[in-house]
Amino acid sequence: MKNKTTAFTLLLFFCLLNSTSFFGQKFLTKNGKVSFYSHTFVEDIKAENNQVLSIVDLESGEIAINVLMKSFVFEKALMQEHFNENYVESDKYPKAKFSGTIKNLKELLSGEESLAKITGNITIHGVKKTITIESIFNKSEKEVSLKGKFMINIKDYDIKIPNVVRNNISDEVETSFQFIHQPYN
Amino acid sequence: MKKILYILPFLIFSVTASAQNQMSILEDETPVETTPVSATFKGTRIINGHSIENRKQGVLEFLISHRFGRTNDGIDQLFGLDESNIRFALEYALTDDLTLGLGRSSFEKTLDGFAKYRLLKQTTGVKPTPVSISVFGSIIRKTIKNYAPDEKPDFSDRLYYTSQLLIARKFSDKFSLQLTPTYIHKNSVQKNQDPHDIFAIGTGARMKLSKRVSFNAEYFYTINPLKSIDTKNSFAVSVDIETGGHVFQIMLSNAITMVENSFITETTDSFFKGDIHLGFNISRAFQVSHKN
Repeated sequence: MKNKTTAFTLLLFFCLLNSTSFFGQKFLTKNGKVSFYSHTFVEDIKAENNQVLSIVDLESGEIAINVLMKSFVFEKALMQEHFNENYVESDKYPKAKFSGTIKNLKELLSGEESLAKITGNITIHGVKKTITIESIFNKSEKEVSLKGKFMINIKDYDIKIPNVVRNNISDEVETSFQFIHQPYN
Repeated sequence: MKKILYILPFLIFSVTASAQNQMSILEDETPVETTPVSATFKGTRIINGHSIENRKQGVLEFLISHRFGRTNDGIDQLFGLDESNIRFALEYALTDDLTLGLGRSSFEKTLDGFAKYRLLKQTTGVKPTPVSISVFGSIIRKTIKNYAPDEKPDFSDRLYYTSQLLIARKFSDKFSLQLTPTYIHKNSVQKNQDPHDIFAIGTGARMKLSKRVSFNAEYFYTINPLKSIDTKNSFAVSVDIETGGHVFQIMLSNAITMVENSFITETTDSFFKGDIHLGFNISRAFQVSHKN
């Protein structure tokens, strides 16, 4: 009987530990910001999305980001329509995704480093690529924030630009992100 | 032992939960939404008639449209190219749902003004709406001086009204269909036996051939046509090409006019006898004001 009680207590303890780590280490946001900027001599194109979902698990270092393409807002309405209809084909590929891991999690959590090195797979327009990005990492009691920018070459993602607008759209698109995650349970 | 059994489900739950992939948590957390369907047609016209599409708020569209003469006029008329009806128009999107337009056609020196208002938007998602519905109203005034000197028509005699309901559905990213019940009122007619009120039903479709090119067709069936002249139902086919801020439509049509009253009720050429008019619409959109 005593053994059984011990086993039961251990089991309960294990369960609790397991669940606390599950409930305590994940941080999520539904209002993450992703914006991009394309610069050419002819035209600057900017778009912003304030409804990006992002989750970070500080136990495993895993990160996942989910971007709804139709939520990008452009300055010109027609640009937004063309972006969705002709370039990223939002009906066919509604979301861009990233899933990866923070490589230097230990150093970040101990405060030795403040720049997170994140490696993972990014999927845009149905094309998956492995990328490594650096991001400013901040952790407080109630928040985990990630902020940074990186370049996307649109040719890598099979997005074709017709010749007539060749000069209006840059091949290299600067993409910025800011995620302020709250505890998730 | 029983106690362990009690706790087993919790254990399993917590184990499966922790193994749950981060991405699937995001999928679960994605808000469920109803999203409007965009780009049922490329342009604000299917060919001659209006499509369900409005431009977005603050966009001013400049339209230049041409319909040439009959291609079967032969080489003397350069297959119709010697003659042309041209319409210039400015169309402004006051809101995403309301467009106002003013145009002027060279044929019969016609001025036209219209309003198009979106009542219902086709949506997909949690609570889908199957169709988009707009109302369209236009007044045209023919200013050509082709009357007998003693029969000078007064201002209102030269007015013609069109009311339409535009009902459209984007069936897939490739195929869209529109039905256009039409009511036309003419303040004056040529002969007494001609009806002042004419009803017609239009149908138009587009088939996308590639990302920027589509094939369109349009047909208007007139229920009670004019009696004093032999009118034909209007029929047209076109290819739409989109390039940046332009939509370019090139079409073959049995109508030479581009305003509803005229091409729906006053078309006399027969498409299948070869009375075909080559034509094009070019639109250029300018964003003149911004939402915020």
